[in-house]
Amino acid sequence: MTRGTMEALMHQVLAGLATGGIYASLALALVMIYQATHLVNFAQGEMAMFCTYIAWSFLNAGFGYLPAFLLTVAFGFVLGVVIERVVIRPVERAPVLSVVVVFIGLLVILNSLAGWIYTYTIKPFPSPFPEALANPLMSPHELGSILVTLVVLTLLFLFFRFTPLGLAMRAAAQNPESSRLVGIRVGWMLALGWGLASAIGAVAGMMIAPVVYLDPNMMGGILLYAFAAALLGGIDSPGGAVFGGFLVGVLENVLGAFVIGNELKLAVALVLIIGVLVVRPSGLFGRVHVSRV
Amino acid sequence: MALLDVKGLHASYGATRVLHGLDFSLDEGSITTLLGANGAGKTTTLRALCAMVKTAGDIRFGGEPIGARATEDIVRMGIAHVPDGRGTFANLTTEENLRLGAYTRKDRQAVEADLERMYGYFPRLRERRAQQAGTLSGGEQQMLAVSRALMLRPRLLLLDEPSFGLAPLVVKELFGILRTVNEKEKVSMLLVEQNAAMALDLADRAYLLETGRVVLSGSSRDIQGDDAVRRSYLGY
Repeated sequence: MTRGTMEALMHQVLAGLATGGIYASLALALVMIYQATHLVNFAQGEMAMFCTYIAWSFLNAGFGYLPAFLLTVAFGFVLGVVIERVVIRPVERAPVLSVVVVFIGLLVILNSLAGWIYTYTIKPFPSPFPEALANPLMSPHELGSILVTLVVLTLLFLFFRFTPLGLAMRAAAQNPESSRLVGIRVGWMLALGWGLASAIGAVAGMMIAPVVYLDPNMMGGILLYAFAAALLGGIDSPGGAVFGGFLVGVLENVLGAFVIGNELKLAVALVLIIGVLVVRPSGLFGRVHVSRV
Repeated sequence: MALLDVKGLHASYGATRVLHGLDFSLDEGSITTLLGANGAGKTTTLRALCAMVKTAGDIRFGGEPIGARATEDIVRMGIAHVPDGRGTFANLTTEENLRLGAYTRKDRQAVEADLERMYGYFPRLRERRAQQAGTLSGGEQQMLAVSRALMLRPRLLLLDEPSFGLAPLVVKELFGILRTVNEKEKVSMLLVEQNAAMALDLADRAYLLETGRVVLSGSSRDIQGDDAVRRSYLGY
């Protein structure tokens, strides 16, 4: 391998890690909701997209980037909680298919709502990262979004691992009945889970928007990669989802640049999804569920 | 005054009615046991007290009606439940399971002290503190379930078959600990047991249940002396 191709490969891997971090965040959001509901939230991407528009509104209203960012994360959290309380809770005990239809309904509603409010015209979205982060291998935005992703993931890990509330949320997701018996308000824990997942999505949306631009359909492809990441890592494994996200990001970039070309990039996600489902349905780190009948 | 006073308790799973107007009470500081064959409604009675099944009737705890409250609120009043099947948080560590038992408590230092106390009662749990609770043996999980409930510092402890799946020696040890907790910490207990002889040894009062009704009640000694009970439940 010549020095030039080595450098090009390096560049693609690092760029892949940058987008991979965003897939990882969204995949983690999917896993969090999966653990509580045992269903995949198809509207996760549209929730993130809608939050990103809210950020755009704040920025347009003259807010600085950091206040707009924080307000958007807070909005995302509230959006998630409200959706769980108002839309998901009533179908808690409904058949799987009903809930899936609700998810798809949410997807369409949020997509149309964004189109109706903000039009379908593609808008640019700023990157907050200064030129000072520029280096020979990565753009400031690539490096910055990797850092933001790592901070978000670290905070989440610390929250779930070391705080009583994080412990209670894990308990509520895996054993609701025992959780009630120790006094945990399980319903609120689930709502909180939705809030956190939605807030993570908001961050992911703001990090990817400068790359793919802001439009109501911006998350379609991204969510597909996030699905692939979550499945690859194991849909019930938070760590697996994060690893899967970075791996999918790198694979997508390297294969796109050197093997199959940019036009077929999205197919990588689909091939991965089908491949995992056929070869190892529980993913790399997922638990294999065996049940006696 | 009775700590727990139950009058006309009905409970049902869907269309199946399991309890048909149960009356019983439990004095503060006492251990009361519910005896009866499989299907008599013992487990359902405990579940009814924690609002885990649909119930009708009057349940008073410390004089306050709790029949209409949610499980989480009943727990906050000081009722801890060692459920049928142990209710282990299988993917969490032993210590996380114990800490969850104290979830509603705000007195952090006392919680740490209680954690040590549980490890003192059950040294096996200390050895397994960082281990996933689902990998514990059945007996260890039962100890964990009892300890988790005690971490609440309950006024009333509901025990559903604590001896289930335990070796006889371990049962003896566990019942000894329950007696200590009752005497030293004045925790009242409502005990459901298949092992009637052991239950009567530990308890002050007993109620005999048959198909969702109380058919006999009295002090443990009287019940132990009852010929019908001896033949049916004690086997001698």
